[in-house]
Amino acid sequence: MNPHSLIASFHPANEPDTLASHERAEIDASTRFPVLLFFGSAIFWLLAGSLLGLVAAWKMTHPAMLDQMAWTTFGRLRPAHLNTVIYGWASASGIGVGLWLMARLCRIPLIHSRLLISAAIFWNIGVLVGVLGILAGDSRSIEWLEIPGYATPILFVAYAFIGVWAVIMFRYRKPGHVYVSQWYLFAAFLWFPWLYATANILLIWQPIQGSAQGAVNWWFAHNVLGLWFTPIGLASAYYLIPKIIGRPIHSYYLSILGFWSLALFYSWNGMHHLIGGPFPIWMVSASVVASVMMFIPVVTVAINHHLTMLGHFGALKWSPALRFTVFGAMSYTLASLQGTTMAIPSLNTFTHFTDYTIGHAHLGLYAFFSMAMFGAMYYIVPRLTGREWPSASAIRWHFWLVASGILLMIGSLTIGGVLQGLAQHALAGSFKSSLEYATPFRWLRGISGFLLLAGHLVFAGLFAFMLLKSARRKDGSALLAATVEANPEPAI
Amino acid sequence: MNRLPLIFLGVFVTFASSWLGLVVYPYFALGHLQPLPDEETGGTFPPGNSGLAVAGQRVYAANGCVYCHSQQVRLAPLTTDIAKGLGPRQTVARDYLRAQPVFLGTMRTGPDLSNIGARQPDTNWHHRHLYEPRTVTDWSIMPSFRFLYKIRKIQGQPSDDAVMGLCGPHAPPPGWEAVPTADANALVAYILSLKRNYPLPESPEPPAK
Repeated sequence: MNPHSLIASFHPANEPDTLASHERAEIDASTRFPVLLFFGSAIFWLLAGSLLGLVAAWKMTHPAMLDQMAWTTFGRLRPAHLNTVIYGWASASGIGVGLWLMARLCRIPLIHSRLLISAAIFWNIGVLVGVLGILAGDSRSIEWLEIPGYATPILFVAYAFIGVWAVIMFRYRKPGHVYVSQWYLFAAFLWFPWLYATANILLIWQPIQGSAQGAVNWWFAHNVLGLWFTPIGLASAYYLIPKIIGRPIHSYYLSILGFWSLALFYSWNGMHHLIGGPFPIWMVSASVVASVMMFIPVVTVAINHHLTMLGHFGALKWSPALRFTVFGAMSYTLASLQGTTMAIPSLNTFTHFTDYTIGHAHLGLYAFFSMAMFGAMYYIVPRLTGREWPSASAIRWHFWLVASGILLMIGSLTIGGVLQGLAQHALAGSFKSSLEYATPFRWLRGISGFLLLAGHLVFAGLFAFMLLKSARRKDGSALLAATVEANPEPAI
Repeated sequence: MNRLPLIFLGVFVTFASSWLGLVVYPYFALGHLQPLPDEETGGTFPPGNSGLAVAGQRVYAANGCVYCHSQQVRLAPLTTDIAKGLGPRQTVARDYLRAQPVFLGTMRTGPDLSNIGARQPDTNWHHRHLYEPRTVTDWSIMPSFRFLYKIRKIQGQPSDDAVMGLCGPHAPPPGWEAVPTADANALVAYILSLKRNYPLPESPEPPAK
């Protein structure tokens, strides 16, 4: 739709941008310290988490490596990797992006930044104590909730500060249109504490009895992805894609449908991790149905994002923020459609209990969410520090290293997982054969870990450079290619 | 959608529906099951665990066994779990009422352990296997848990509890022995307690073909 047409000017998605650029710069500046604190610590945990994941991955092909100490055994490194990337990297970078978006979309400078700085400090202490606790052997081995009971209250305190701050920001926002990104952020900030409190109370502090634990476990674990990371990632994409290419979101009404169908169906998904397990059939069936219904929000969001991009794919050449964000948005479509098929019982029989699921988890959490966060950081950080990214070729290295790394990882785990699953399902297949089928693909996965770690080191170097006082200021944006558009990513 | 109270209500209600269905309902329906009496022996189904086996659950959790070993025999004929000998019948909610936490698992990098205590009841086999898995099964990728054993010089007679038949590069040299720590003994007691082969009326064994 032409944004200047008469009809479009009445369309609610085409709110005129009422902020003058100096107001926007003032808002950005107010978010600087807390957002950079969250980003910086997130990148630290990203490096730590990649290293833990890399060692755990190589142990699958080299089981005798580092096997003399308790804290380096596979069963401790794997949950340490997971919790480092979930709480240390993904949550902290998501919170940072969320804070910045909130300030911009509420159209007021960030207030009470001390609440957020305390939150960042508590959050990082919580993650550190939690991960060390896992390595020391205090984990209860409940997936996604391995952080010991003595560390979770620290994370709760941190989150409480953020929640209170978010309520205050909404309270004092400038009146007017509530943009789609805000719905998602608003929902995510409400859902996360509810999820986290329920799961920790019922599984860690006052554990309930029997297989009900499995239901609570997977209601939590699936919803952390679906109702915490996904809304933040989508909020970021919904903001950045139209902003960078300079045209409105394809359809306001589709974004409403996408939001409410996600809220309703995603929250019911978790039991598809337990198909055939010790639960009433209706619970599993409800989750299978909800997983299939996820088709609606996913296709809706896909149409909205990809049709907004239509005709502007050339912008991917020059804008790093857009390139990472669109990679993330496309992976979201792919991850969700794959997730829907994995919930169908006859297919689940082959893919469950195999590396296929690990590939799917990385498609969602890395190829979608982490790439979206990289994209957002490329957009936000120059606006906070007043400097431009120092090297377009380093950004290009970052992109191609992580893009090829994650595609190699997902591809190898997917193929290896299917072979492993077929061997485990077949009556004639021995357990040994399921292992042998998976092994070459686990080698490839191990190699992909080096590509990802290398990409993260490049990104960490770029970020460190942006914080240096002595870094020179540049007038133009760091563009990946010469641009034909008039005003790409104005540097503010 | 500019009215925050309305958004709040929708966000609250949609999420509350799944919270009621997938958290509150199982809490009441599955969280208060009772064991069934075993009329022959006066015991219960599932049988109670020894204190050592309960301690072993913590060692199992601390070292993350669940990331490679599931503990569930799933529904037939959707899955081939029963046909492939993981257990005589499907495992149901009552099987897990004493488990704390419940190790259903989501991965089978290693074999399912629902009935490992029935399949391999030999204590020394498990110690040898934990000490160095590849001396027992040469294609295994399970990590060694040597750190749960103490290597000691034999003083006079070998200890009663020393692991017998160790071989491979990490086996104690002549005149030395590997003795399980309290954690290793607890872990093996827990592994041996994993037997879900008692009868439960809600999960009859399928007729043999």
